[in-house]
Amino acid sequence: MAAITLNGAARAHSDGQMLTDLVEEVTGRRIAPDGSPADGRRLGVAVALNAEVVPRSRWASTPVAAGDDIEIVTAVQGG
Amino acid sequence: MAGNDPFVIDGVALESRLIMGTGGAPSLDGLGAALLASGTELTTVAMRRYSPEVGGSLFQLLLDSGIRVLPNTAGCFTAREAVMTAELAREALETDWVKLEVIADEHTLLPDAVELVDATERLVNKGFKVFAYTNDDPVLARRLEQLGAVAVMPLGAPIGTGLGILNPHNIELIVSRAEVPVVLDAGIGTASDAALAMELGCDAVLLATAVTRAQDPVMMAEAFKHAVAAGRLASKAGRIPRREHALASSSMEGRPDL
Repeated sequence: MAAITLNGAARAHSDGQMLTDLVEEVTGRRIAPDGSPADGRRLGVAVALNAEVVPRSRWASTPVAAGDDIEIVTAVQGG
Repeated sequence: MAGNDPFVIDGVALESRLIMGTGGAPSLDGLGAALLASGTELTTVAMRRYSPEVGGSLFQLLLDSGIRVLPNTAGCFTAREAVMTAELAREALETDWVKLEVIADEHTLLPDAVELVDATERLVNKGFKVFAYTNDDPVLARRLEQLGAVAVMPLGAPIGTGLGILNPHNIELIVSRAEVPVVLDAGIGTASDAALAMELGCDAVLLATAVTRAQDPVMMAEAFKHAVAAGRLASKAGRIPRREHALASSSMEGRPDL
């Protein structure tokens, strides 16, 4: 187990974990390989890996590595 | 109703000229009711870290209500942060519309003109449709339009102050020179402020606090719906000129000798 930073907090992760796995853990939604939620609704979430946006279509093929800084964001009240 | 012509922006026609913000509402249910009462078809959201408590519930509420979402870059102080936030919003919410907000400091929340110009240029180059939140400066508004903003959104007064439109003359100047829609954004306190914005020729009004922090947000939302529609009608109808002296509305002709 090595640590990553997720939304500003340290978090353990395991080898072989992909971004999709992390998004599923955080949102509690099942994610299809194309990055859309398996329930057919919209997810409304974006992921930045080391300050670069990773499109949802690449979540399943993007591994999470020790030391990664990951932000998972969504729409909240504002403006 | 004649005069209630649609608000067309980036080729999209909206029936309502009231753009709502969502900040400051104490509950999601209350917010939903206020948005419904306002008749809005376009509503801003902020992008923040996902938390289990909030989840994607606001996005879902807007989807369920059929309200188009306008992500903002609230809280960004630099063009770099604003561009990153816009890119996250585009990915998360599947829209290339963005309300660009680059503020100078947390005390005034006033736009930082230099960063705003830089961010507008970068976002337009990346294919975003930029709704630029700007100072009530006709020169800056013109620059933003020339850089490719799809709308310029001058403030009436600083965010959340409810001071109304502090410089109506500048707003009129911005309107008279703009070829893109002008949206009065920020500073609105009550319904008459929104009506005035429309009478000055603005194409739409964007507000949040005036509704979400009103004692009765749903009733205030409805008030704004009417105010914006009334202001638009008045603007199109053509007001009478201001006169120095009174002008009798009843003719003296045929007056009986009493």
